[in-house]
Amino acid sequence: MSIGISVEHIGADPHGDRGGPAQPLLTVKKLVKHFDLKKSFLETLNGGGKVVRAVDGVDFKVLKGETLGVVGESGCGKSTTARLLMHLIEPSAGEIVFNGETVGSPALPLREYRRQVQMVFQDSYSSLNPRLTIQDSIAFGPQVHGVPKREALTRARDLLARVGLEPSRFAERYPHELSGGQRQRVNIARALASEPRLVILDEAVSALDKSVEAQVLNLLMDLKDEFGLTYIFISHDLHVVRYISDRVMVMYLGKVAETGPAEALFERPLHPYTRALLSSMPSMDPDHRTEEAPLAGDPPNPIDPPPGCRFHTRCPHAEAVCAQQVPSLESENGREAACLIHEPGSGHSDARAAIYAA
Amino acid sequence: MIFYLLRRIVYTIPIMLGVAFFCFLLVHISPGDPLVAILPPDASAELQRQLMTLYGFDRSWPEQFFTWLWRALQGDLGTSIASGRPVAEEVFKAVGNTLMLACLATLIGFVLGSLFGFVAGYFSNSWVDRAASALSVLGVSVPHYWLGMVMVIIFSSWLAWLPATGAGPGGSDAWAWDWEHIQFMILPAITMSVIPMGIIARTVRALVADILAQEFVVGLKAKGMTDTGIFLHVVKNAAPTALAVMGLQLGYLLGGSILIETVFSWPGTGFLLNSAIFQRDLPLLQGTILVLAMFFVLLNLLVDVVQTTIDPRIQRS
Amino acid sequence: MSTAITAPAAVAANTPYERSAGFWTGVLRKLARDPVAIGAAIVLLLLVAMALFAPLLTPHDPYQASMLKRLKPIGFENYLLGTDELGRDMLSRLMVGARLSLFMGITPVLIAFVIGSGIGILAGYAGGLVNTLIMRTIDVLYAFPSVLLAIALSGALGAGIGNALLSLTIVFIPPIARVAESVTTQVRSRDYVEAARASGAEAFTIVRVHVLGNVLGPIFVYSTSLIAVSMILASGLSFLGLGVKPPEPEWGLMLNTLRTAIYTQPWVAALPGLMIFITSISFNLLSDSLRSAMDVKN
Repeated sequence: MSIGISVEHIGADPHGDRGGPAQPLLTVKKLVKHFDLKKSFLETLNGGGKVVRAVDGVDFKVLKGETLGVVGESGCGKSTTARLLMHLIEPSAGEIVFNGETVGSPALPLREYRRQVQMVFQDSYSSLNPRLTIQDSIAFGPQVHGVPKREALTRARDLLARVGLEPSRFAERYPHELSGGQRQRVNIARALASEPRLVILDEAVSALDKSVEAQVLNLLMDLKDEFGLTYIFISHDLHVVRYISDRVMVMYLGKVAETGPAEALFERPLHPYTRALLSSMPSMDPDHRTEEAPLAGDPPNPIDPPPGCRFHTRCPHAEAVCAQQVPSLESENGREAACLIHEPGSGHSDARAAIYAA
Repeated sequence: MIFYLLRRIVYTIPIMLGVAFFCFLLVHISPGDPLVAILPPDASAELQRQLMTLYGFDRSWPEQFFTWLWRALQGDLGTSIASGRPVAEEVFKAVGNTLMLACLATLIGFVLGSLFGFVAGYFSNSWVDRAASALSVLGVSVPHYWLGMVMVIIFSSWLAWLPATGAGPGGSDAWAWDWEHIQFMILPAITMSVIPMGIIARTVRALVADILAQEFVVGLKAKGMTDTGIFLHVVKNAAPTALAVMGLQLGYLLGGSILIETVFSWPGTGFLLNSAIFQRDLPLLQGTILVLAMFFVLLNLLVDVVQTTIDPRIQRS
Repeated sequence: MSTAITAPAAVAANTPYERSAGFWTGVLRKLARDPVAIGAAIVLLLLVAMALFAPLLTPHDPYQASMLKRLKPIGFENYLLGTDELGRDMLSRLMVGARLSLFMGITPVLIAFVIGSGIGILAGYAGGLVNTLIMRTIDVLYAFPSVLLAIALSGALGAGIGNALLSLTIVFIPPIARVAESVTTQVRSRDYVEAARASGAEAFTIVRVHVLGNVLGPIFVYSTSLIAVSMILASGLSFLGLGVKPPEPEWGLMLNTLRTAIYTQPWVAALPGLMIFITSISFNLLSDSLRSAMDVKN
């Protein structure tokens, strides 16, 4: 047995799971990240500075063994959320609970959490150290966690084979000698080397050619089954997200707009933003056109987000109340939407009707 | 942009304080008693104490620093131990001479350097380019004090065209803008111009080659734009950076003139530094370094401000 | 499932791996194709060999003065390059002079490379307040033109080899630290460093494995470009009487003592400077070639 994880996965409780399969693997509560803007001279004198509200109070769950797709326009906070989940940047507020334990608590120190959660980045080249052979890059993580070098290298070669790269040809190559697709396979192998349970894929296939993208997606799905992984799949490509995800979360300006099972969400979006986003998606089926107007313009500046519902400046259904009241994430039948239309008694003129319609 | 300029100016203050502190430290890192140079070997303890008080060496460091700084701000840089005259007086007389030489050298360097750089960039990768590049490598590699000697050997000793040393006939101090005096400037100025020439040639070559390779210039050429038009375009785009480099080079020459001034016995700051070092005249050394370094800091600031103002492409935040 | 994984590894263990050329091998290969680099390297090797084996090669005793043979021209009797103002053999003195001249030119850059890299990498990787404190201090030293700083320091410290080395080292630390800081800041934001942090590695391990290998190359190339400047400055200090003291042969000092002879024996007097020139231009050319060989775009 060369890869330690494989056999244990078959057992009833392979990871020391707590709370059984129904308990979420990851629960994110009120996650906030505000970046300080570089203060200008005058603001320094005044002692104040502005902040970019990149992630502004995000709640979601990731269930064991599922793939959660995360979509949204660029700048909506999806990549910041990924980096927060990895603790690459410190959250300004909020809590991350992994497998029943708060991350950073004595029961789950950051170091152990980081072994169990790994990330694959978008830029396949910049995410590999150009001066290390790819087997050294893959073996680095396990060595950090105390695996002896020889063993780590063996594991690296096995993983290379598993992601479809012949170890005898690739193990001692340098990243610049590989194609983009091959490098992304290496990055996947690197993420898997420390035997994680959750892998965050941040635009992991976005930079690849379409044909290569499909191969890598299929590889990801195979690996997920084989190693019992859970994925958070971040992408701007709605087709890909629909293809790979079990559930989807839509983000807008640092907040969650809507979450729900992938098929339901794509078939019948609840939030006007989701509808607008989906309408920008070239449809394969002429019978499935949405009447929603596609999104115009750029999202508002996250330094100074609009009050109330953040989408009201671009929303075709916006009413006066939308600029005053912040919608809460209402859940029903496994679906959630942060829109006053779906909030009974919110004061929006469509509120009642929508509830009955749903 | 206003904010950038303001910040840039405010940012210069701590740098200047740091520079001043460094100059202040110079006296304190120097081994031995600075008074040794002026004290007779059999000086009484009383005389020694009096001089200590006179030069302020008996007080605490911070006290000495702030007293020194306060006086320096008022233009009092202390008294030269060797000559007994005010340091400020000696330094400012010498700075004028150095500035004259450095400006002329920068001008020569800029004109020739731009010319070589322009030709090299315009005909990039031709033999002209390679020759100009070789020339600029020579310019930055040559020990200029040696080049000065070679110039003296060729033009003074061998051809006897120009005087070798000094700043005027009969070793007089007074300067005048006539050939009698100007001829003394030519050799040191040409020697001094070699480094800025090499650096400006390199900069201009890169700028011109870059601008000509830009797609819109290629497009303009294809549309039949005249050579004059392209030339003007290149000049307009290369000028701000080239001028900025020139400004900085002037600063380097002011600070770096000591070796050349020594070779040509030019009565500038370099010459002053040289004598300060050999007479262990620390107040004079300190004052000269302070003035030159402040000049350099302010020149840097000026170059930045001017460049930001004339070149709208530079986005600084 | 597990067999599918182990099978290729078993094969792999028996077949030799395709080992590809490392980064530096590629750089060396490019340099070997560059005639300018080869020329400069040969000149420098000859100079170093001359310095190392000087005692075996010198035709005369470099310290042996002779009142009768002062300032003889090139080719006088068996003095191939003439004699200096004290009648000592120029060739022998130039050969032995290479030792101190090269030593005083190269050592400050080497020490400054170690210290400056350390400071710059620390500032670049730590970021924040540490970065601000370090870099603002460096800025103060950077505010002096290098010649002025070298002369100020050695002027205050006094003449001598040790003081000249110390002054020049202090002169070269700020520029190297600046380059190190900016390269490190760039590398720190690369995804592979993020990935290493995400794997839970300590800062020290990340710097050792992922940062050093990627920043030392550029810092080194930049530092080599300073050797030419350092050669000129070191000899310049001796030329001013601030570095090596007589009677030790050193090119800058020799140039100074021969200054009075430029009217009587101009070509002999110019020789030490020519040596400095040849050395500094060779270092400049080699450094330029190294830079373009390391440039990935080429």
